[in-house]
Amino acid sequence: MGNIDQEVVNKVIKIVKKKKIDFPESYVNDIAEACIRRELTDKELETLIVRVKKAYERSKVESGEAIGTVAAQSVGEPGTQMTMNTFHYAGVVELNVTLGLPRLIEIVDARKTISTPTMAIYFDEDHKFDEEFAKKTASKIAKITINNVLDDDLHIDYGQMNVEVIISQEKIKEKHLDFDEIVSKLEAKLKKHTFEIEDNKITIAPKVDKRTKNGIQIRDIRLLVDKIRHFQISGVKDVNRVIIRKDEQWVLHTEGSNLKAVLKMEGIDKEKTTTNHIHEIYTVLGIEAARNAIIKEALHTLDEQGLSVDIRHVMLVADMMTADGSVKSIGRHGISGTKSSVLARAAFEETGKHLLNASIRGEVDELTGIIENIIIGQPIPLGTGSVGIKMKNN
Amino acid sequence: MRSVLKQISQIAFGLMSPENIREMSVRRIETPDTYDEDGYPIERGLMDPHLGVIDPSLKCKTCGSKGGDCQGHFGSIELSRPVLHVGFGDTIYKILQSTCNKCGRILFTEGEIEAYTARINEIRESGESLTKFIKEIYKEAKVVDRCPYCDEEQEEIKIDKPVSIMEGGYKLTPSEIREKLESITDEDSLLLGVNPEVARPEWMVLTVLPVPPVTVRPSITLETGERSEDDLTHKLVDILRINQRLIENMEAGAPQLIVEDLWELLQYHVTTYFDNEASGIPPARHRSKRPLKTLTQRLKGKEGRFRSNLSGKRVNFSARTVISPDPNISINEVGVPETIAKEVTVPVHVNEWNIEEMKEYIKNGSDIHPGANYVIRLDERKIRIYDETKEAILEKLEPGYIVERHLKDGDIVLFNRQPSLHRMSMMAHEVKILPYKTFRLNLCVCPPYNADFDGDEMNMHVFQTDESRAEAKSLMRVQEHILSPRFGGPIIGAIHDHISGAYLLTRKSSIFTEEQAFQIIKKAKMAIPKRKDSDWTGKELFSLLLPDKLNMQYKAEICKKCDKCLGKDCSYDAYVVIEDGELIAGVIDEKAYGSFSGKILDKIMKEYGSDRARQFLDESTSLAISGIMKVGITTSTHDENIPEEAKERIQDHLNSAERKVDQLVEAYENDELEALPGRSLEETLEMKIMQVLGEARDKSGEIAESYFGMDNHSVIMATTGARASMLNLTQISACVGQQSVRGGRIDRGYIERTLPHFKKNELGAKARGFVHSSYKEGLNPIEFYFHAMGGREGLVDTAIRTAQSGYMQRRLVNALQDISVKDNGMVTDNRGLIIQTMFGEDGVDPAKSDYGKAADLDKIIDEMRVK
Repeated sequence: MGNIDQEVVNKVIKIVKKKKIDFPESYVNDIAEACIRRELTDKELETLIVRVKKAYERSKVESGEAIGTVAAQSVGEPGTQMTMNTFHYAGVVELNVTLGLPRLIEIVDARKTISTPTMAIYFDEDHKFDEEFAKKTASKIAKITINNVLDDDLHIDYGQMNVEVIISQEKIKEKHLDFDEIVSKLEAKLKKHTFEIEDNKITIAPKVDKRTKNGIQIRDIRLLVDKIRHFQISGVKDVNRVIIRKDEQWVLHTEGSNLKAVLKMEGIDKEKTTTNHIHEIYTVLGIEAARNAIIKEALHTLDEQGLSVDIRHVMLVADMMTADGSVKSIGRHGISGTKSSVLARAAFEETGKHLLNASIRGEVDELTGIIENIIIGQPIPLGTGSVGIKMKNN
Repeated sequence: MRSVLKQISQIAFGLMSPENIREMSVRRIETPDTYDEDGYPIERGLMDPHLGVIDPSLKCKTCGSKGGDCQGHFGSIELSRPVLHVGFGDTIYKILQSTCNKCGRILFTEGEIEAYTARINEIRESGESLTKFIKEIYKEAKVVDRCPYCDEEQEEIKIDKPVSIMEGGYKLTPSEIREKLESITDEDSLLLGVNPEVARPEWMVLTVLPVPPVTVRPSITLETGERSEDDLTHKLVDILRINQRLIENMEAGAPQLIVEDLWELLQYHVTTYFDNEASGIPPARHRSKRPLKTLTQRLKGKEGRFRSNLSGKRVNFSARTVISPDPNISINEVGVPETIAKEVTVPVHVNEWNIEEMKEYIKNGSDIHPGANYVIRLDERKIRIYDETKEAILEKLEPGYIVERHLKDGDIVLFNRQPSLHRMSMMAHEVKILPYKTFRLNLCVCPPYNADFDGDEMNMHVFQTDESRAEAKSLMRVQEHILSPRFGGPIIGAIHDHISGAYLLTRKSSIFTEEQAFQIIKKAKMAIPKRKDSDWTGKELFSLLLPDKLNMQYKAEICKKCDKCLGKDCSYDAYVVIEDGELIAGVIDEKAYGSFSGKILDKIMKEYGSDRARQFLDESTSLAISGIMKVGITTSTHDENIPEEAKERIQDHLNSAERKVDQLVEAYENDELEALPGRSLEETLEMKIMQVLGEARDKSGEIAESYFGMDNHSVIMATTGARASMLNLTQISACVGQQSVRGGRIDRGYIERTLPHFKKNELGAKARGFVHSSYKEGLNPIEFYFHAMGGREGLVDTAIRTAQSGYMQRRLVNALQDISVKDNGMVTDNRGLIIQTMFGEDGVDPAKSDYGKAADLDKIIDEMRVK
């Protein structure tokens, strides 16, 4: 949409203003785009606008419409047709991403930890096509442990009671690492150990502590081996693997997500880079971004299963979840649990708790919602129930 | 008709004080026995007639009305010692933690109290929930270890859930707790979450117990004449018995230990009386070991009062029976068996204009079909129509009477199939009375209801007021729901034989003599066109149904998606062109008027309105049916026969695929396989094998497909979208393919192998669940076993999915149901909280939109230019 001729857009806006039509912005853009594509004459453009206006007015929602229920049904009903199969290869063959019903549930639950967080990292103008840079960034983000850069395997010398770590020069070069840096990091981690360095061979031995009478046990050595093996020498926290892909430009796909840290890195397109972790987007970018992320993720999950759901329904769900400035889940801990009506809450879940609490707090149910009115047997304030007829006094 | 006289505007919640309870009580209950030997209720027993009566022959001793009219009256039990209310155990504990153990003041300084009170009043004003803030107060007050007022050092309070509270190792008795609670000032209690306007903290410790009226806990008389009491009565008997024993023991000056034991027993019974599922307490059981259903259990959960009696209610004037198909009725009709029509009725107000008709119904009585069952007189008395009373009623009938007449053709009813997942699960149909005992429905409405005829049952509700009928007629009729609000496309449409029928009718080779053509037209109950004295093509026949001036072009379902589309000159006749209401080229199939994808239907619906769409759907389906009956369609396994040569080719192909797999495995074993980035060797191998085998199946399918032509009825059904898919056919004729469990090849069963027929760690195609055979050929035992594994997973999957998605749907609906569009176009919930300033950012109703857009610009431009 970015490259629509501003002139045409202004022309459309002018006509729209002249006709006193109230179009949303996207309509103006769409019309302008169609105008260019189909090469409309001014007169044609005008008739088009008039016709669109007619269609637009005809298709507006009526007041009182129970759009909430319709949206909920439209999002929920396809759930029955979705697969349970958790993992699917989405776009990137090398990555597993939760999809289908479990993912949709995860989204509406507003989980703080999701089962397969993943990021798509894009680069800015200068580095879009820079393979070297992409690889360098990838190695900076990816989690690398000592295990990944070993030449062969760790050698345990039970006679000397030490561990030999032989680092492969090739591997560290490939991963843009520095040998000395690794050593210093290791030393910082294992402060009470003695280090011997010989070319690319590091020999680590636990220091004999005066308090440990029995000297170093084999067990200690083995624990040390594990410690060394899984020692992280590089990478961003919470990100495990990084996969480099070239679509139109270089893109990094990650397993694990840490938006905050990645956005701070250099050469990254801060607008395009995203994560599928909604709560992270909320904490880093704010509530509006979280709302858009919910829409994007939910819609993508549904689309992927070949189920078409109008974006407006998903928008309403997202807006309800984010209405008060924080991401609230759909369920007893979120929206349903914070409803104003006692009866509505009691009718959903945790009946006893809500009734007892209401009694000591002296809550008053104003009966403005749907279930409350159904419970007491009155017409509901929705649709035809939201209007009344008053007779004129004669 | 009675109208609503009063409206409930609000419901206030509060706690009952002991005084309240005593005031409300009509009788103090003292004896644990219910009835004497003669079966009469004992005075001051749990069945005391002062508490109301159920038997209509008895009179209530309090209000004097007969059983059935008396709603019952509460009694009370004076507890000899106070006990805690289970529901408030935790609250009491929190309050004791937050208050001074000695003087009972809240552990805040004056200044703090002021600040917190101000904040509380603020929150109360805004109408938000206090719970969160109160929790904070508890947390703040808990950590204070010295009372700011009496300087007493605070002992740690502990709770042993649900009801025993300890203060520094000493277990507080309910009496002591009550005393402590009594000393809390009103001002403090507000901070502790107890609103002094409606409740006092000490009321959470019970001294007197209300006894619900008999109507709440009716006893059942079994056939043997034996009386069986309600669970609540049983529990109350227990309470009374222990209460009585406690009194006796105390009066006799029994040792403290015994009194305390009894006291605790009383606490147990009162606890289980309120909640028999409280954690940490063994549930009270019936003699048969079934846990008792006490107060909380009555309200809670799916079968509880709230969800099954208040949010949803049983209704009269409804019917349920098995459904079966009837292609001869309109989509907005429903066939209702006569037996049902005679049972469910419509109330009709008698007036001068319909009195004769009503008399006719009354004459017919309740046994002859268009009859009536009851009349309601001017004094609102309801009288059943019997042969004996007929004459008398007829004589008295006058305007103002209401006659409950049988259901008849043309009445509007609500039709529903569970699970009601979307609004199209309940639609209004017109009644058509038919013989036999099932509901009949047009096949086009199967998709919205998600119904089939393998024993499905559906419900019907009859409207009882004119308002409801009017509303249903304009909002709920089937034709108003052809477009789904989910995506703005048609959800009601042709299925199965409608589609293959239309294809057979409209394909190029379908040419009928005028005689045949007219037979078809006649059978489809269409208007007879002019003779043209030449042969008719099927396309001409179908064109009769299209509205004039209809113009459209699209690719049909049978489109092969060729690289270069020939448009109109498509060799498969898959490019549909309709000009001025004439089908010029292309065949009619699922894309034309099927559910979910019908383009012609969609266009007619959006441009000619719902009634025209209904007419089109009714006519085109019946044309398709009469067409299919002329041409004939049948299928058998012979349809999936392929020549020997094809079988060989498929076999060769599968063998080469298997060889490829073996090569991959060999490469893996020799460490020659290169891992994909970020994948282990094993995963890479699996992925590659899956790919090879997937391709193998597709290719063998393609080979089989190449031997199938459009003269094959199974293929017609698959390609037109009527039923089944090409994949199904190739699985039957060529190769079933890889079976999967948990998204991968099968790798479970025995140690390091799937079955003992294989070597350990064998990775070949056969060893991991690849089925070479076709269904027609038959599976060998090993293949059969793998196939069953995959099949089982599928079944388990569906079962779990329905449960999960059902719960998600319930949560979604519950969270969003209060949202509606206001007059100014804003979207708000019931509190007035604005969710959106304009629905979906443009205020367009998806149900009225064109696949989510208010207008298809290209469509409009095309139309503009045509003129």
